[in-house]
Amino acid sequence: MTKTYYSPSHEYVSVDGGIATIGITTYAQSQLGDIVFVELPETGRGFKRGDEAAVVESVKAASEVYTPVTGETTEMNEELVANPGLANDDPENSGWFFKQTIINEDELTKLMDRAQYDAFVKENR
Amino acid sequence: MSEKNELKKTAFYDLHVEHGAKMVGFGGYSMPLHYEMGIKQEHLYCRETVGLFDVSHMGQAELIADDYETAARALEKIIPGDVLNLKPERLRYSCLLNEKGGIEDDLMVTHRVQEDGSHIVGLVVNAGRKSHDYAYISAYLPDDVDFKILDDRSLLALQGPDAEKIMAVWCGEAVGMPYMSEIETSFFDVPCRVSRCGYTGEDGFELSLLNDDASRVAKMLMSHPDVELIGLGARDSLRLEAGFCLYGHDIDTTTSPIEADLSWIMNKRRRQEGGFLGDTVILDQVANGPSKRRVGLLPDGPAAPAREGAKLFNEQNQEIGVVTSGGFGPTIGGPVAMGYVTLPHDKLGTQIFVEVRGRKSLWRVTDLPFTPYRTYNAKRPTQH
Repeated sequence: MTKTYYSPSHEYVSVDGGIATIGITTYAQSQLGDIVFVELPETGRGFKRGDEAAVVESVKAASEVYTPVTGETTEMNEELVANPGLANDDPENSGWFFKQTIINEDELTKLMDRAQYDAFVKENR
Repeated sequence: MSEKNELKKTAFYDLHVEHGAKMVGFGGYSMPLHYEMGIKQEHLYCRETVGLFDVSHMGQAELIADDYETAARALEKIIPGDVLNLKPERLRYSCLLNEKGGIEDDLMVTHRVQEDGSHIVGLVVNAGRKSHDYAYISAYLPDDVDFKILDDRSLLALQGPDAEKIMAVWCGEAVGMPYMSEIETSFFDVPCRVSRCGYTGEDGFELSLLNDDASRVAKMLMSHPDVELIGLGARDSLRLEAGFCLYGHDIDTTTSPIEADLSWIMNKRRRQEGGFLGDTVILDQVANGPSKRRVGLLPDGPAAPAREGAKLFNEQNQEIGVVTSGGFGPTIGGPVAMGYVTLPHDKLGTQIFVEVRGRKSLWRVTDLPFTPYRTYNAKRPTQH
């Protein structure tokens, strides 16, 4: 059973069986515009919550993607590297960025659920 | 004085908002960054069909004297191009210089023929440099040359392979105009100064209109199903692919036209005679070569886009320059950049290592433009 959490910097964390799939939200990609390049972390890299883990470049500018949870990367989305537009077309499914372990489950409680995130976006728009 | 910091609006502000523009501050104006289509699609649409740009933020001005020669000679003191021998109704790209040979602004210079038959010099300068340029130019003008700011005018650019076809609907006189020429004509029933030029590398026109007439002309153009509005974002990627300089980025008060690889703006007469601000520095660079030069850069394989400020290194890992404009080129389908490198690293094909986020990737010095110019050549048979 997958449960998805959202960060205030517009990343999502989909948790399934102790592995987090991390990417940017539909709202984030709409703000970035056409995504033309992504730089993803190699497998086995350790991150603390809030670390800069990936970079996403749109036609406008480069932006950092922060991991909302502490852990170690287990996989990067090779398909996204080859076709960065996936992050625009299908951000919360096939346009995911990387997967990682979750060292501290408590960190998830600091994140928002869908309803909270939607309200957050509406408030900050 | 709170108004002082407020962004100015062009005559097309409402049109931008109606078309869903994301408005941003640029050169003191509230301008459209992009519309609903987005930067990439706007860029591609302009290259494939035709796009309409509001460029009213740019400064339109005139130098007026008893005759053209007096005005032309006055301008030649501060720019290195040949204004004197510019034919009537022709325009030319040039640079406004300082005493050190640096570029105060880049601009378009026109030999304008007014409706009363008098000949004057027309100028179009960058938005962000407008007030600076006006004061700067005025200070260098002799008493017998008047400087007139045309702030009652707006400017539209229609750019793309279908631009002439669109102009033909309302302004038959624009058809067949030579590239880099200007005429006084009418757009349907609106008095309009049309020039054939642009900042995209495509064929295109610029329409100078009285502010009061501006939105009517824009609405006529927008009524054509093929015309789409294009924002500043695509304007930047289009000009970057076309290898054109952006003032304040690729050229500024510390770079000379020779360093900027714009030596073609000077003809033989101006090189021989000098007589312009910074001529000692510039003519020395012509004779002996500059120490750095603007070049085009393309990655050798997949690479992160290099943006302004990215450092450039040679094979020996010595820092040899910096990127001044860079990003993703939608027509190229990958990163493109331009920047300055020390000589002899300006030679075509030279390997350059570009540092982005601490990682270096291999790029090469490339010919500009990245995308071939498709500007109109009157000698070529028109394609219909």
